[in-house]
Amino acid sequence: MPAPDAFLDVRDLRIHFPTDDGLVKSVDGLTFSLARGKTLGIVGESGSGKSVTSLGILGLHNKRNARVSGEISLDGTDIVNADPETVRKMRGRRMAMIFQDPLSAMHPYYTVGHQIIEAYRVHNNVSKAVAKKHAIDMLGRVGIPQPNRRVDDYPHQFSGGMRQRAMIAMALSCDPELLIADEPTTALDVTVQAQILDLMRDLQQEFNSALIIITHDLGVVAELADDVLVMYGGKCIEYGSAVTIFEEPEHPYTWGLLGSMPRLDRGVTNRLLPISGNPPSLINVPSGCAFHPRCAYEARTGGLGTTTVPELAESGRGHLVRCHMPVAERKRIWNEQVRPKLEATS
Amino acid sequence: MTESTAGESVATQTPTKEALLSAQGLQKHFPITKGLLKRQVAAVKAVDGIDFDVYKGETLGLVGESGCGKSTTGRLITRLAEPTAGKIMFDGKDISHLGTGAMRPFRRDMQMIFQDPFSSLNPRHTVGTIVGAPFHIQGVKTPHGVKRAVQDLLKLVGLNPEHYNRYPHEFSGGQRQRIGIARTLALKPKLIIADEPVSALDVSIQAQVVNLLEDLQNELGLTYVVIAHDLSVVRHISDRVAVMYLGKIVEIADRESLYSNPRHPYTVALMSAVPVPNPRRREANQRQRVLLTGDVPSPIDPPTGCRFRTRCWKAQDICATTEPPLVVREGDAPGHQTACHFPVADNEEVAGRTAAA
Repeated sequence: MPAPDAFLDVRDLRIHFPTDDGLVKSVDGLTFSLARGKTLGIVGESGSGKSVTSLGILGLHNKRNARVSGEISLDGTDIVNADPETVRKMRGRRMAMIFQDPLSAMHPYYTVGHQIIEAYRVHNNVSKAVAKKHAIDMLGRVGIPQPNRRVDDYPHQFSGGMRQRAMIAMALSCDPELLIADEPTTALDVTVQAQILDLMRDLQQEFNSALIIITHDLGVVAELADDVLVMYGGKCIEYGSAVTIFEEPEHPYTWGLLGSMPRLDRGVTNRLLPISGNPPSLINVPSGCAFHPRCAYEARTGGLGTTTVPELAESGRGHLVRCHMPVAERKRIWNEQVRPKLEATS
Repeated sequence: MTESTAGESVATQTPTKEALLSAQGLQKHFPITKGLLKRQVAAVKAVDGIDFDVYKGETLGLVGESGCGKSTTGRLITRLAEPTAGKIMFDGKDISHLGTGAMRPFRRDMQMIFQDPFSSLNPRHTVGTIVGAPFHIQGVKTPHGVKRAVQDLLKLVGLNPEHYNRYPHEFSGGQRQRIGIARTLALKPKLIIADEPVSALDVSIQAQVVNLLEDLQNELGLTYVVIAHDLSVVRHISDRVAVMYLGKIVEIADRESLYSNPRHPYTVALMSAVPVPNPRRREANQRQRVLLTGDVPSPIDPPTGCRFRTRCWKAQDICATTEPPLVVREGDAPGHQTACHFPVADNEEVAGRTAAA
């Protein structure tokens, strides 16, 4: 999907790790782009390469043990081949990350305020007092009560939801244009999750930043994302607008994800429709289509699935699918077989 | 409940309304001590007086946020923790204060599935040893030897019986959870307590394990208590659901009744907070969402009266003084009990928003 207004442009990104057991291709040829003010949801199971991608965009992979190739361009600046100092200056100011577990992402030894001030002063030449005022401001913005008092608290004195808010305040302290949230609400309760998602939505509108949200929870993706990228075994297997992915998905893996998930907005289904088997090991990725050992429609490819990696091909406007089955057949199977089962209630 | 129309096996058990397990006034206070003499200065009121029954053949779901006491409840009814007050009846016998030895015969009938399949299996033991352990501990004789019994169990939970001699690290998360389930089933228990059985697993694997639990229930006539924080999973597998908040049950009802007609404001808020996987309904959902402010109060010093009143948009003076009893409200289905002075009515404006459908 080439977008002229793309703010973040990732082309053929490959992140490989040589190990004693062989080459681990965590990310293998990933292409996507994202405009300002838009949200991309990256969905996948553990080991699908979604977190490795986010670390790659931030330039956080150690060149000694990771082989990163391809292009990542943030507003025209290449990140893959830039020298570490350039990327370091961009990190925090132009792009920032919200991590899954705020308790392990924050330093227990320093106050929350100290950690926000530190990040702010690295990028802005201001006095401690000014930076502290800014930190209090940010904590207030993310909805922490009595921010001028809480700024001197340590992370352990915050509750889980407040810690995640503080983490967001830290990430937003320098008005980054790109924000990556890696499973931002997985460790939180649903009521707190709703608060945090609400907050992220408001802040994105306010700052007009580009947001990447990485999660395994399709509900969270549906709440936030404009576009959705589904990853499997280090590759993108389906990419399209959120409405397309939820209403006209064409990849059997996406069908499986939707069928695995009980939904509160529909009647109770008789039975969940899980995907058989287990996610692949990235050392021994299955030959051909990585999904073929778990695919219920593998026989329809006439053996192609076991030998050839399918191309990521356009199926409709801005809808890319990596599957050997012809487009018409995929649409037919979804409409006639899969969708009725997903919508069937007891 | 008009299930099992599609010919597929589903939870069709109609509870015979015979309580297999019954908790009355169950309470667990963890003492907070201070000083050299370990004087008790306060207590964490993890579970603070709850009553419920688990009927034979049913699945009772226990939901609530972290710290609401749902896991402690699970540990109390399996007697992994000693209640500070109240009574637990299992199969007609009082097991509230039995010692380790006296409890042992009951452990055959009552087993637990744990959340984390990585820490609940001993990494130094083979699958055969792990799944066979209950036979040795309980001194149960198996007709064709322990190995055969273990292999049958592995087959039952969908694992390859030839993997008898493998170690836990050779399996994926979902397979490990199956090993844990096989161990749980070894002694043919009557009651299984599953504490977050799928929350550590990948989405596609979660569905496999949920289906397995349902199949086993149909095949073996098991009774489950499923503790989980995921409201959609709980709705899928439960016949009845209890919602907990700060050590109390605030609402308990049949699944249909609870999810279609939640009465307690907390239940309403909890359900509206679940993200709906439908991007077209995004805006509508946000409008209908009840956003609770603040955090759950400390269980050391819970609010007087109704514990939810500090975060409730309907709270009035009486809520601070009188604790609402858990009773059936007028117009509700039998067995739909709510602990609230001002239960939410149908189509009510909730916290300034229209009630979620």
